[in-house]
Parts: sequence; C-alpha cells; structure tokens
Amino acid sequence: MKFGIKIIGAVALFSIWSTTTVIAQVGKPFIHDPSTITECEGKYYTFGTGGGGLISEDGWTWNGGAVRPGGGAAPDVVKIGDRYLIAYGATGGGLGGGHNGRILTMWNKTLDPKSPDFKYSEAVIVASSDGTEDCDPIDPGLLLDPTDGRLWLSYGTYFGFIQLVELDPKTGKRVEGNKAKNIAIDCEATDLMYQDGWYYLLGTHGTCCDGPNSTYNIVVGRSKKVTGPYLDNMGRDMLKGGGKMVVAAGDRLIGPGHFGRIVVGDGVQKMSCHYEADLDQSGRSVLGIRPLLWKNGWPVAGDNLKAGTYEIESERRGYALELSVDFVRMPGGMRFNRNNDEPVKPVPSQELTDVVKTWPTGNIGVRIGDYMFRPHQKWTITAVPGAGGYLGGPYYKIVIAGTDRALAATADAEVITVPAFTGAPEQLWRIDQFTDGTFRIMPKAVPNSNEKLALVSAGDSTPTLAVYNPNSDNSKWNFKDH
Amino acid sequence: MNIKRKALLLAVGFVILAGLRLQGRSAASRGKINGAAKIDTTRSLAPYFSPATAKKKTPNPDGFIQRWLLLEPINKPNRSNTVFVDSYLRTAFTIDYFPNQFTVIPKDGEKVKVGEQELTWHALESTNFNMKLFRFAYGLRKQTYGVLFWAVTIVNSPREMKNVRMAVGSNGGSMWWLNGKGAVLLSGDRRMVMDDCVSTRITLNKGKNIIRGAVINGPGMSDFCVRFLDEKGEPVKDLTISTQ
Repeated sequence: MKFGIKIIGAVALFSIWSTTTVIAQVGKPFIHDPSTITECEGKYYTFGTGGGGLISEDGWTWNGGAVRPGGGAAPDVVKIGDRYLIAYGATGGGLGGGHNGRILTMWNKTLDPKSPDFKYSEAVIVASSDGTEDCDPIDPGLLLDPTDGRLWLSYGTYFGFIQLVELDPKTGKRVEGNKAKNIAIDCEATDLMYQDGWYYLLGTHGTCCDGPNSTYNIVVGRSKKVTGPYLDNMGRDMLKGGGKMVVAAGDRLIGPGHFGRIVVGDGVQKMSCHYEADLDQSGRSVLGIRPLLWKNGWPVAGDNLKAGTYEIESERRGYALELSVDFVRMPGGMRFNRNNDEPVKPVPSQELTDVVKTWPTGNIGVRIGDYMFRPHQKWTITAVPGAGGYLGGPYYKIVIAGTDRALAATADAEVITVPAFTGAPEQLWRIDQFTDGTFRIMPKAVPNSNEKLALVSAGDSTPTLAVYNPNSDNSKWNFKDH
Repeated sequence: MNIKRKALLLAVGFVILAGLRLQGRSAASRGKINGAAKIDTTRSLAPYFSPATAKKKTPNPDGFIQRWLLLEPINKPNRSNTVFVDSYLRTAFTIDYFPNQFTVIPKDGEKVKVGEQELTWHALESTNFNMKLFRFAYGLRKQTYGVLFWAVTIVNSPREMKNVRMAVGSNGGSMWWLNGKGAVLLSGDRRMVMDDCVSTRITLNKGKNIIRGAVINGPGMSDFCVRFLDEKGEPVKDLTISTQ
C-alpha cells in the first residue's frame, strides 16, 4: 500500500484549531509508517511509506520535504558514527498478494536534502524470503546495541514470524553466516530498544489501514538478550502472541503504530508513531509524538498535556505554585458536634471574585504553599497558537484561572506573574514529561540569558529558575486537576 | 442448489484460484533476487503436522492440546475480516454445513460433502503449541483464505475437574463447545494469542470430554491454540488427548 507524500514548500506556522484542545503535531504532519524521528544538524526528520517524509525545525511543526529514494514501505533510520543508515522494506503486497518481501539498507552522510553532502549509497538487500516461508520481510526496525556496538535488524508482519538478523555496523550489510531468528508473531512494524539491562521488542498489533476503525496498537516484550525470548508482563512469549500495551487509541487519535524512540536526554524520552486516523484532522494518518514513561521496567506512552486548569504541585514537598498574596479566609470555622439530623448541603468553593480585588494589579510574585484549591493557586494552561514548539509539544501560556495574569521568567532567573499575557518569549513555557511521570517546566527564554533553565523548588516554599537536575525532585512538578 | 449459487461458488473458486496463481507468479519473478526462484512443488503437512498415532498423548508442558481431527476448509469467502462481529459469527457457526456437525466424532479419512466440496477429516498432531490451520490448508493444496474450519478432539480426564476454564486463541473468529455446550466465542479480526479468551468456569467430566471448534477467516493466517486453566490460572496437564 503506497501513500504519496506531497512536498510542501511553505511552512505553516499557525494552528487552525481552537486553543482549548491539544492535538497531534501541527503543520502538515501527514505520514504513514514513519521512521524513528532522527535529529540531523539541528532539524528533525522522519521518512514514510512510499517515499519522502517530513522535516521539522523545532519538532512541533512538520511539513513535507524529506527525501528517500527506493519507494517501498516503513523505513527506519539509525545514526552510526557520523552517518545515517536507512532501512526500508519492498513488499510483495501483503496478505492479499505475495509474501516475498525484502529489506534494503543504504547510507547517507546527512538527512538534509539541501546539503552538498546529501547522497544515498546504493541500497543492498539484507533480508528476503521466497514467498512460501513463514515470514514476509517488511517493516524494518534497527538497533545499535549501546553495550557492544553490534547492529540488529527486526522485520516481519502478520504473515508468519517477526525475525531478527545481525548487520555489520560498518557496512550496513548482513553479517556473514548470520541466520534469522524468530522472535514474535501477530505483529508488524517492530522496533528494538535497550534500557537498563533489558532489550525491548516493540510490535504493532491489531488492524492497520482501516481509518477510524483501525485497532492498531503498540505492545512490548523484554529480554535480557537481544536474541530473545521476549516476554510480556504475564511471562508470555511474544512468539505466542504476548505483549504489554504501550499505546492504544485515545483523545480522538486512533490506531497508533510504528514505534520509534527518541532519547532527548536528562530523564526525558519521547516516542514517535503514526495514528491511522486523527479525528481532528479529517481522519487522516498523522505523525504522533508522545512522552515515553518507564514504570517498573516497562515503557508506556504518556499523554500529551491537555489544556485545562491545574494545581502545579512541587514534587519536592507537595506544595502548590501560587501567587504571593494574602490568604483570604472562607466563612465558617470548625464544624462538628452539631445536630446530625440536620441535612447536609454543599458549600461553594472560594471564587475568583471573592479575592481578586485584594490582589495587587501590577506584577505579583510567586511562591509555593499549602494547596487549598483557592483561586490564587489554580493555573489555566493552554497551547499558544503560532508560537511554535519543541519535540512533541507546543509552547504554553500559564495564567491564573479566570484571568490573563501570566507566569513569566525574569531577567534574574526568577519567576513572577505579569498582569496580562503578551506572548513574549519569557511568558511561553515548554512542558516535557520525565520518564517517571513528573514534569519539567522550562521558559522558552530567560531575558538576557542563554542558559537552559527550568522551574525548580529552591526551598519547600520558594520557586526559582535554575539548571534542572533530572535526579532531584526539586526539578519535578505534577499537574493535578482537583 | 440453484444455478445462481453454483455460478457464484464457481466464480469465487475461480477468483481464489486466480489469486493463488498470481501469488505463484510473483514468487517466481522476484525470487530471482536470491538466485534460484523457488517454485513450491513439494507441499505437505510437514513440518507443522504429523498423522495422529494411537500412542498416549498428554497436553504439552504448557498445557496446550496438540492432537485434533481437522476438517479441510469449507469455502466461506470474505474479502475482509471486519465482518466477524458477534452476530455474524453466531449465524455462521450455527448453519448446518454437513450432517451431525455438532455431534460427530469423525474417523481419520472420513469424508463429508459440503455443497459442491468433498472434504476429508484428518487426525493430526501439531509439532507446535498451536494448530496452524493456514499450513494445514496450504499443505493439502486447499484454499487458505475465505475459509471455515471444523476441529474436534477428545479430552480424557482422570477425575471430575470443576471450575476450569477453556483458554483459546485464534486467528480469526472462532467458537468452541465442550460436551455440546457453547464455551467461548472469539469475535472480531483477531490474531492468535495464547489465553486470549477464556470460558466461564466449566467442569471436565471424569472420562471422555468432547471439544468442538469452528474457526473462520478471510485473508488471515488461520490458527488456534487451546488449553485448560485451573482455578489458580495454571494449565491443566493431567489429561490425555485422543481422536477416537
């Protein structure tokens, strides 16, 4: 199945959707079977089925323009040394047609088609079948083993087995004498990764290519050896259909498939995939980027932060980010030892109108204090259209709920709130989820500074901007909707 | 059977045959990449199946039942597996394709007539934990897609076992009966995953128990696996399996 990718010249900067929802990437992120997102000279690239692919300058806005010859389907990319190895499958036609697929690899010094160094080497076949064997080699996934430098390739689809072969990292060719090993069934679009002593095999189960009725989902098994056996959380072999769920449909996005991992660094990992149908983008197949979390040794997709009103809770002590204003008491004191037969009725929460007139009208400082779901502690977070983004997310504004009072970075690397959001870079916030599920909150820019700073708890009750430490709870925050 | 239905079956048969021929052609032209093009003239059930013997056979170490009577596939054309919703399957599996289909314990080699097809029962043992029906059909040069398979086996239990569950995985939809009662239905465009669907708590009688199954598929790799799990979720292994 081939999907043509249009090459678009203009870069679309403006999201056409309302700011009350967060969607998959903006621009024209239309792709099928994307390769693992790979960074090259400051830009991000992903290649898809049919040819071509997407490029992004910031990781949030994607447009066509990537170039990959050879046609075929479902490529993957890995950087080895100072060059890139690209693998793709040429198929006999899937279940309805032939099953004599083959996998090819080729090199390039760069992924940027405008670079003078941009030249693909001649593609070589590294795996194939004759159409009658228990395998159809399509959908390659590459792993450069960080422990020993060996290069592995997984491939296959629902016809028969998923197989693993070894390639030479210097040539991209099949290692002499290497025999294919069966490692899974019931899936396609596999990928391999290594984390903390375990090898993980990702596979896409379910039905592909059926628009909003695609049941495509991504599961995982793990092994201490790259050659398997890959077992799931029930101890079930992926050769018997096992797999633990990594990501399925949700939030109007259907049919995630074709997993790839990007290690951003410092405790942040992302996964790339496509969604068979994004109901907010005409049900088209789009690129997906999600946070990748790790729970008890298992990877699982995080959710992209939804626009909404939240407590911003410090992971250090659990106090909440709030305006430095007078605490305004609610009426009524301690209530017990009353008539138990008196019917109970709800007491209204404190409203913004009860307190806002007691607040200063100019800039107001920020601290961290006991959370009481009071108006000075509730923050509305929304994506800012046209402000761009970063890998997997848009820049957000963070305002006190019901007002335009916005969180902002100051020139002396502290945080403050300004009475009205203007869209200045110090009022734009990048929010990334750490692998443990907590969040890193970083200003787009700190005036007069080039340092990469994040919101940090300097004391239990005092926030600041500082270089973040992924191993310290000081650098971590939670968004709570309560 | 009226002429229209005959013509339709003929047309379907032709389409399936044409499809198979197309497969063969593409294998021949592209197989050259590896040197010799492989034309498959030596189809058999090996290495996936061997004929069932009379030797005592228990479930495998994981409890999977590997000895079955399988009927060559009934023509059931479906271009897509998206039709296998519950209501479709309940209808498809309760049509009478051949006499006594819900009670027969066939003999190896026994033939039945289903419409224009003459189909044979085969008593087989699988070399794997699962029964690869695709390979069963392929090895016997029968159609592999647009198919409905029937399977029967006899489970002999040394004692009455209460509160066990029949655990099944199948590609694609399937339905299973224990001693004549419906035990589990697997619907949708499924792939075979071990312990995918399980029955409610059921009882294995002391002595003979009959498992009967029907598996339907469009363009899929037909396959199933069956085992019994006890109350703790552990496989039941002290059984013997026979086809007569």
